[in-house]
Amino acid sequence: MKPLATLSVLTIAALSLTACADDPKSSSGGLTVSASDSTCEVSKTDLKAGPSTFKVTNKGSKVTEFYVYADGDRIMGEVENVGPGLTRNLVVDLPKGTYEGACKPGMVGDGIRQKITVTGEAAKKLSDSQQLKAAATSYERYVNSQTVALIAKTEEFVTAVKEGDVTEAKRLYPIARTYWERIEPVAEKFGDLDPLTDGREADAKAEKRDFTGWHRIEKQLWVDNNTEGMAPYADDLLANVKKIVALGKDAPLTALELAQGSKGLLDEVATSKITGEEDEFSHTDLWDFKANIEGSEAAIAALRPVLEKQDPALVKELDAKFKALDDDLDQYQDDSGDWTFYDKLTKAQVKRLSDLVAAVSEPISRVAAVVAESA
Amino acid sequence: MSEQNEITSGLSRRKLIGAAGIGALAVGAGGGYAVGRQSDEPTAGVPDPDAKPVPFEGAHQAGIVTPAQDRLYFVTLDMTSEERVDLISLLKDWTEASRQMTQGNDVGKFGAVSGSPFAPPEDTGEALGLPPSGLTITVGFGRSLFVDAKGKARFGLEGKLPERLKDLPAFSGDDLDPALCDGDLAIQACANDPQVAVHAVRNLVRIAFGRASVRYSQMGFGRTSSTSSAQVTARNMLGFKDGTANIKVEDNKDVEDFVWVPKEDGPDWLVGGSYLVSRKINMRIEIWDREPLEGQENIIGRAKGSGGPLSGGDEFAKIDFKKKNDRGAPVIDMKSHVRLAHPDFNKGAKLLRRGYNFVDGSDGLGQLSAGLFFIAYQRDPEKQFVQVQHSLAGSQNDLLNEYIVHVGSGLFACPPGVGRKGYWGEGLFA
Ligand SMILES: [Cu+2]
Repeated sequence: MKPLATLSVLTIAALSLTACADDPKSSSGGLTVSASDSTCEVSKTDLKAGPSTFKVTNKGSKVTEFYVYADGDRIMGEVENVGPGLTRNLVVDLPKGTYEGACKPGMVGDGIRQKITVTGEAAKKLSDSQQLKAAATSYERYVNSQTVALIAKTEEFVTAVKEGDVTEAKRLYPIARTYWERIEPVAEKFGDLDPLTDGREADAKAEKRDFTGWHRIEKQLWVDNNTEGMAPYADDLLANVKKIVALGKDAPLTALELAQGSKGLLDEVATSKITGEEDEFSHTDLWDFKANIEGSEAAIAALRPVLEKQDPALVKELDAKFKALDDDLDQYQDDSGDWTFYDKLTKAQVKRLSDLVAAVSEPISRVAAVVAESA
Repeated sequence: MSEQNEITSGLSRRKLIGAAGIGALAVGAGGGYAVGRQSDEPTAGVPDPDAKPVPFEGAHQAGIVTPAQDRLYFVTLDMTSEERVDLISLLKDWTEASRQMTQGNDVGKFGAVSGSPFAPPEDTGEALGLPPSGLTITVGFGRSLFVDAKGKARFGLEGKLPERLKDLPAFSGDDLDPALCDGDLAIQACANDPQVAVHAVRNLVRIAFGRASVRYSQMGFGRTSSTSSAQVTARNMLGFKDGTANIKVEDNKDVEDFVWVPKEDGPDWLVGGSYLVSRKINMRIEIWDREPLEGQENIIGRAKGSGGPLSGGDEFAKIDFKKKNDRGAPVIDMKSHVRLAHPDFNKGAKLLRRGYNFVDGSDGLGQLSAGLFFIAYQRDPEKQFVQVQHSLAGSQNDLLNEYIVHVGSGLFACPPGVGRKGYWGEGLFA
């Protein structure tokens, strides 16, 4: 499990990009701002609604700034510290209305201003993109395939626990969790249910609630080597897993959420898996580790058409970095599919894995922006 | 983006330093108490000395003879990629980012706050609003960058390994922790503000993800050697002035003779560069602090207050090693630190030292984990650092060895500087 910060901020209706990639297609052409110590010439002051790129060139001798203000000097966008002779881009998404563009030679005062009028439709909505809808649908299919197996394997696990079959329960624990960990961003959308199913003992204690879910049973199995008193926890786990799956179906992830989710899964690896603290009793972290990575790769696969179109270099980089990570991980899986217990890894091996995860995480952190720009 | 200048300029974090300074400093002028002491004319703002960046471009890398800044952040990394293209692109990216950061700018096209709201910022942002603070970034290449453990060339760098980039020999008394030694690449970031130095390294490390990974890092403060005669001699954690006899940037001849790799030394790609030796030296602070003043001064060979040699005179007085006391013993102990480290007893060897104090918290027994992160630049490690260290090392030599232990070590070849367009180590790939 992981904290719930990342997904909640992403409920986006309209896009407001302040900056784009090298050549923002949707902008109103090549807008130039020519600034000197006493003048400020904007090449075009009638703009269409949507993102516009102002190319600000400082031809004066003082450092300057360029602002776009709405009523009441509300700043819509700014580019600061444009030194003499320099050019810098400002991309600002302007809805219909009137604005003022202002150069501030010497970076002081109200600036040299002129009116800018924006007409036409509001900026395009991200949710309108057919391509992004297709990506979300594709990921939904993946989630569905995983949830069927998740429920089936969790049922088997729960049965073994209730029958007191410790060996079988231990065998099934990491396997059932694999399906869970692959689609963790779905679970994490439901803030109240995720801790109940996947919370850690220390967190339960801190939050003054009963320690429940996967890790409660894990502790009983590995520390006490029995299943005593676990039947209610097992039933409860299955019920919550089913609830999450049902809720997830009703509110599938958007393309942007799944872009964030692909990053979230790797963050999960980088924080709780690398430290071996997720499965602290069973040391089956590498099952989860691999599953998180597979989930992340699946999210990227769903977004692939969008990414290929927007930023093929990023796709190449992601492919290469994922491959390096997968290749390194391979050595820890035996022919029967079992993974090395995490406490058997050397410090050097963990560092290597950590480096490889970081190597994928950096490019993956740029995916959401590329998705946002595709609208 | 098309224009080169946009890429290299980045976003400046030096905001309004001049203007704000004038307003603030003019307050108080003309007040009653100031009569006779201050003119009625508001004085022009004193320019913030940290607002002026250290030039990045030049024949040599900045951060070697640059007057020592107050803070250090040092890191070594290992390549996690074996691809030559990755090494080249990393050096290019580092050069570009360092060019921006040393001039007080954010990293990247959009910096810390002007990029897409959906992307992580290109610059980590903790230096926003801070002046360049004298930031210099200096890189070095370890032996392991050129050859692997079996002596096989890496990154297609056959024939590029400098002859002098050997592993340092073992010194008597060393207690080296491999986790604090060596590395394929080293970055020395110095600045007058620790936040600026940390920001620089953090961004460079981030840029390296997927290509290189950190081996260890070290923070330092209170420059322990002065590299310019304009600077007072700083003190180390033992309370003594350190670096009185250091090479100063003003000593052109010493700098030429002892710091820069000349053409005749080679290899070509390193001409104008230098060799960096790093040593992490732990000090047994509590034991030292119980040593009587006379004992401390005898161990060092200098007076604690003035820094002058025990043979007499002020800090910069010539040391008289022959002078005897009334019992007929040398005034400067034969095993004192100053004598054993002196060029006269080391075949004339001099080093340009740029060490920094460090405190890594306490050790759990209530003792300071503190000492000296020693850095020295030279054109020939064997004749310079190794020569001096052999004189000092071992329980039979430097009296100071009872109070210090070397726990980390490294030797790096630092390439020459770059011009407006080049990148560090470019000559390696020619
Ligand atoms: Cu989890």
